Amino acid sequence: MSILVDEKTRVLVQGITGREGSFHTQQMLAYGTNVVAGVTPGKGGQSVHDVPVFDTVAEAVEKTEPNAAMIFVPPRFAAEAILEAAEGGIELVICLTEGIPVNDMVLVRRYLDIHGTKLIGPNTPGIISPGKAKLGLMAGYIHRQGRVGVMSRSGTLTYEAVNQLSQREIGQSTCVGIGGDPIIGLSFIDLLKMFEDDEQTDAVVLIGEIGGNAEEEAASYIAQKISKPVVSFIAGRTAPPGRRMGHAGAIVTGGTGTASAKIAALSEAGVTVVESPAQIGSAIESVI
Amino acid sequence: MKIHEYQAKDLFASFSIPVPAGRVASTPREASEAAAALSGPVVVKAQIYAGGRGKAGGVKLVDSPASAQDAAERILNHPLVTHQTGPAGRVVHRVLVEEATDVKTEIYLGITIDRARRLPVIMASPAGGMEIEQIAKDSPEKIFKEWVSPEIGLRGFQSYRLAHKLGLSASETKQVAGVISNLYRLFVEKDCLLVEINPLVVDAHDRVIALDAKINFDDNGVFRHPEIEKLRDPSEENKLELQAKENNLNYIKLDGNVGCLVNGAGLAMATMDLIKLAGAAPANFLDVGGSANEEMIERGFSLLLSDPDVRAVFINIFGGILRCDILARGIVAAVKRLEVKVPVIVRLEGTNVEEGREILAQSGLEFLRARDLDEAATLIAEALRGEEK
Repeated sequence: MSILVDEKTRVLVQGITGREGSFHTQQMLAYGTNVVAGVTPGKGGQSVHDVPVFDTVAEAVEKTEPNAAMIFVPPRFAAEAILEAAEGGIELVICLTEGIPVNDMVLVRRYLDIHGTKLIGPNTPGIISPGKAKLGLMAGYIHRQGRVGVMSRSGTLTYEAVNQLSQREIGQSTCVGIGGDPIIGLSFIDLLKMFEDDEQTDAVVLIGEIGGNAEEEAASYIAQKISKPVVSFIAGRTAPPGRRMGHAGAIVTGGTGTASAKIAALSEAGVTVVESPAQIGSAIESVI
Repeated sequence: MKIHEYQAKDLFASFSIPVPAGRVASTPREASEAAAALSGPVVVKAQIYAGGRGKAGGVKLVDSPASAQDAAERILNHPLVTHQTGPAGRVVHRVLVEEATDVKTEIYLGITIDRARRLPVIMASPAGGMEIEQIAKDSPEKIFKEWVSPEIGLRGFQSYRLAHKLGLSASETKQVAGVISNLYRLFVEKDCLLVEINPLVVDAHDRVIALDAKINFDDNGVFRHPEIEKLRDPSEENKLELQAKENNLNYIKLDGNVGCLVNGAGLAMATMDLIKLAGAAPANFLDVGGSANEEMIERGFSLLLSDPDVRAVFINIFGGILRCDILARGIVAAVKRLEVKVPVIVRLEGTNVEEGREILAQSGLEFLRARDLDEAATLIAEALRGEEK
C-alpha cells in the first residue's frame, strides 16, 4: 500500500502542451506513471508523447476516466484549471503552479471542500509513491520503495531528506509536498491520518518551515492520534521576522509562525525534532 | 508589496473611508505650505515603510506653518531608526502633513487571511493604538473577529455585529460598520494580504476617521493592478534585492558573512540554519529556483559576491530538474570571471552529480568540496577560522 497514488492512478495533465507540462509528462511516463490524457484549450486532437490532448476536462473525463489531475498552468489561469478539474469530478488535484493570488485560493479551497475534492498544493513538487507512480517534478531515481512516509512544505529540502533515507537503504511509502503557499489543500493532519492508516508506513518525516501554524496543529494531532514515530525538521530558525523567505507562506508575522514555537510544540508531542537538516536520515534510522 | 501611509490613505479615500485632510511634502518649504493650506494644528509624519515611527520621533504635532517647516527640516533627509528598521534606520524622503484630530476613542481594525480557517478574518478591538500582537498577549478578550465566506462576501449584519462589540454610540457604531464594509471591499478588490487601521478614531465631533493606514498587497496579485504597481517606492528597497528581482532571483540581505546560493526556498532556509549551527551567520538568503540555468547561477553568484560583508561562500544544490553539470559550469564561469578571493564551499547532490563534481575538479580552481551537509558545516567553520588568522 501507499497513500493517495499508486500504479492504478489514472492521470490527467492540464497544461500538457506547455514546456513544463510536456517535459514532466515525459518524465512521469518514463517513471511508469499512468498518464491517460492531457488538456489544453484549443489544442484538442493533438497528442504529447502519445498522450491524447483534449480541449476541456469534461471531454477528457468522458473519454479516458482519469482520477487525478495535475495542474501545469500559469498562475493567472491556475485557479480556473483547479475548478475545472473539481467540477469535472476528479478526486485528487495536484497543483504545481507557484504564484497563485491568495484571494483566488480562498474561493477555490471553499469550492473543493463542497465537492469533496482533495487538493495537493499549490506550489508543490507533487507526490510520489516510489516504484508505483510519480505525479510531480521530483527526480524519481533518488527515491526507494519502502516504509517511511515523507511530507513537507518545501521541494528541494524534501529531496535532501529522501536522499538521506535512500542512502541508508530506508525506502519510502509515499512522499508528499503539501505546498509553500498560505492557503493549501491537504494539510499535515490529513496526511498523518492516511499514514497512520497505511499498513505499509512505519514512520513519518514531517518537514516544516516558518509561517502559519500547520506544524503546531499537526503536533496536537500527533499527541492525540498518532502511534507511529514521527521525525521532524523545521526550516527557518535563522530567518528574520517580517520577511517572506521565498515561499509565500514562509513568513513570521507579529510573533506567530516562529520556528521555535513549532519545534517546542512538536517536541512536546513526542516528535523527534532534529536541529540540523543533516540529521533527518539518522534520526529516522534510530526510531525504526 | 508595501506602500506608504499617504498612498494608503489616498486609496482609503477612494473607498469612502474617512481620513484627515492632508498633503505629502518632500521639502520643509512644501511642509510649511501644506500646513498653511490646512486649518489649525497639523501633524507632520515621516513616510517610511517601517512601523514604530511615533516612538522614534518621526511624528510631530505642531501649531503653525513655521513650526511645521522646522519639524520637516528635522525629519527629512535624516535616517529614522525604529524597532523595525534595524540600527541604520531609513532615510526619510517625504512627510505627510495632515490636520490634527481631537481624539476621543481609539479602535484597532485589521483584515488578513486566517490560514488555519482558510478565510479572510476581520479583527477589531477597543484597545486601539496598541499593536495587535500586544493586545493579543495582554488582553485577548478585547479582540473581536468576523470570518468572511468568500462566496457571499462580507454581509452588512457582520460589519454591524463586529462594530457593535466595541461599545460605541449608535451613530459611531454605524460609521464603524461602514468603514469595515469599505475596508473589506478594498482588501478583496486590490488583492491585499493585510489592511490595518490603527488607530481608527472617533473625534470630538463624533466622526470616525482613519488616523493611520497600512496595506500589504499580495505580490502574486499585483499583476491585476497596474495602478498599485506604480506606487512601489524603489528607494525603500535594498539595492541588491531589487537587482535580484530583476534577474528572477529570490534574494534577501542578512547580517552575517557567509554568502549562500541554494536552489529551493526550503533548502535555502535550512542552509542558513546549518551555517548558524556551524557557528557562523548567513549573509543572505538566495534561492535560484528549482529550474535555474547556467546563466542564472552565474548572476546569483556575482550578486551575492557584490555584498562587501561576504567572507566565504557556500553553494548548496540538490539537483533535480536543475542538473549538477549545468550548475558546475555556471559556478566555474562565475568564479573565473569575478576573481573570487574568498573560500568557496560547494556541496552538490542529485541529477548528474558525478559529471558536476568532475567539472569542478578539472576547472583548475580551488573549491572546498563537501560530500554532505555535515561536512559542509565543518568546512564553513574552518574556512572562517582561516580568514581570521
